Amino acid sequence: MTIVANERADTVEPTARRMITPNDLIMFGAIVLFGIVGPLLFPNYTFQIAVLWLMVLFAQTWDVMGGQMGYNSLGNIFFFGAGMYICTVTQIGLFTDVGLYTSSSDGGSFLFTPDQYYIGVAVGLLFAAIGSSLLAVALGWIVFGLRGPYFAIGTLGIALGAGELVGAWEWVGGGGGIPIPVYPGSGDGKSFFYYCLCFGAAMATFVFLKWLYSTRFGLAINAIRDDEEKAEAMGVHTMRHKTVAWAISAFFLGISGGLFGNMTGFIEPLEVAFPAPTFGLFMVAMALLGGKGTIWGPVIGAILFHIVKEATWTYFLGWQWVALGVIIIVNIVFFQQGIVGWLQEKYPAWFGIEVEERPSGVKGAAE
Amino acid sequence: MSNLVEVRNVSKAFGGVIANDDISIDVPEGQITGLIGPNGSGKTTLFNSVVGYHPIDSGSIKFKGKEISKYRVQQIARLGMLRTFQQTRIYGNMNCIDNMLISVPHRKAVFFDMFKPYPNELREKAEDLLDFVGLYEKRKLNSGDLSFGQQKLLEFAMALMNEPELLLLDEPTAGINPTLINGLIDRLKRANTEFGITLFIIEHNMRVIMNMADNIYCLAHGELLAAGNPDDIQNDQSVIDAYLGAH
Repeated sequence: MTIVANERADTVEPTARRMITPNDLIMFGAIVLFGIVGPLLFPNYTFQIAVLWLMVLFAQTWDVMGGQMGYNSLGNIFFFGAGMYICTVTQIGLFTDVGLYTSSSDGGSFLFTPDQYYIGVAVGLLFAAIGSSLLAVALGWIVFGLRGPYFAIGTLGIALGAGELVGAWEWVGGGGGIPIPVYPGSGDGKSFFYYCLCFGAAMATFVFLKWLYSTRFGLAINAIRDDEEKAEAMGVHTMRHKTVAWAISAFFLGISGGLFGNMTGFIEPLEVAFPAPTFGLFMVAMALLGGKGTIWGPVIGAILFHIVKEATWTYFLGWQWVALGVIIIVNIVFFQQGIVGWLQEKYPAWFGIEVEERPSGVKGAAE
Repeated sequence: MSNLVEVRNVSKAFGGVIANDDISIDVPEGQITGLIGPNGSGKTTLFNSVVGYHPIDSGSIKFKGKEISKYRVQQIARLGMLRTFQQTRIYGNMNCIDNMLISVPHRKAVFFDMFKPYPNELREKAEDLLDFVGLYEKRKLNSGDLSFGQQKLLEFAMALMNEPELLLLDEPTAGINPTLINGLIDRLKRANTEFGITLFIIEHNMRVIMNMADNIYCLAHGELLAAGNPDDIQNDQSVIDAYLGAH
């Protein structure tokens, strides 16, 4: 084809917002630094900071669907719980009979050797990640026909239903739950071990998503968010992208579930594994607070949210839910684009977004 | 010259309303075919049937000799038949370059292609095509911030990016200011001659369609009223009656 090029730059610039900017590196460096020195400076809060990283992971994985793809799932917590149960059952099932172990309150007094424990955790987390992804593929096939609020409610139904179903499933302990294999070492050793895994999982999620959004996949799910029907008309494999997006969310959520189960030491379906009204909604609130559809929004939203939550739980006990409610209402009513979304509008250059060619005052005049 | 699209005896009703009644039309390869008719005559319904947006009640639609009336929108798009929308549709929260990049053909995309980056050749092509429609200066703006006319041009450039064999355009000049229309006509013709894209166009602007099309079909009340070259259509009494309301 021959096209007349007039007044054009010779070089082809990559799309700025998909590049790694200096600010990205500074932010990431600061977070990694805190991740390393945090538990050294505040050894009493190791567990809380580990949970903070899980919150960061929650918000990021929710944003893959809710922010980048425009599918507001209220049921992502399902994959957290599924991962938790898959991990636990694998840890147990590798070395002893699951039904027997779960049917007695002390784990059938079965003792795991250190080797068995670590192999169990490693294999369990792997199975949790893969198993949750496969569940996402299967469920996606059913619920991706739903749009907008129907998708949100449909996925919420999955999470609530799963809690009840697992509660009635005796082989995995039913409503009575399962005691997790005991960590072969000191309490501090356990905190440190799971702290490292939680931090690693959250950072791996961030790096993976940063890369993912720079590929064709990132643009495709953004296109689905902006106009799915148009994307279909342009031949985009929309179902394929939606399914993979959910499977990716589920992969990391499955790992987080496996980790959280082991950290708490005891799992049961309603409060720990499928807590739709707490963790399930927090992940949405955190992503919205930070700014959905941005790479940093969910991270910053999760950190702020977790700090406020822990502070109110400690100092304003009794008012903690009110405080969270106020944050969510202010966020939704006055500040819908979230913190990072707002900053991005105000200071696009910080994010490597170039808009200097915006015609001032002549917007709408077509040449 | 072969027909790229052959529509045979297609009927489509919505409840009691017969939108298309026994329509048969041909879209010859390499030409510009027009589709005109008063409002509500079933033009967009026919477009939607051809691109697989909804199933047809009866009849047959062939694209390159292949029966496609049972195919879904995405499958048909990947065969190389693309449509633009009457109400312009672009990805409003993405900038123009990104809008172009996501529009690359997905015909041969295998599963793992979705994790590839965009090579520089594609970025260059995106910029070339934006230049072609006159939007190069706006390439970094959010497409949602463009004016309606500019969005139409962007949608057209996105369609070209997809390298279709056939492009169905639903009122490409509606809502565009008169001075831009001439430029758009010129670009549509160049898309046809230089890029070899067959065009099938719904248009209300008679000056535009008579100027461009090799063949024109006229619908009225869901039925095919007339067919022929622009001169025949312009002098066809039934077409004039349909447009002026004498019936």
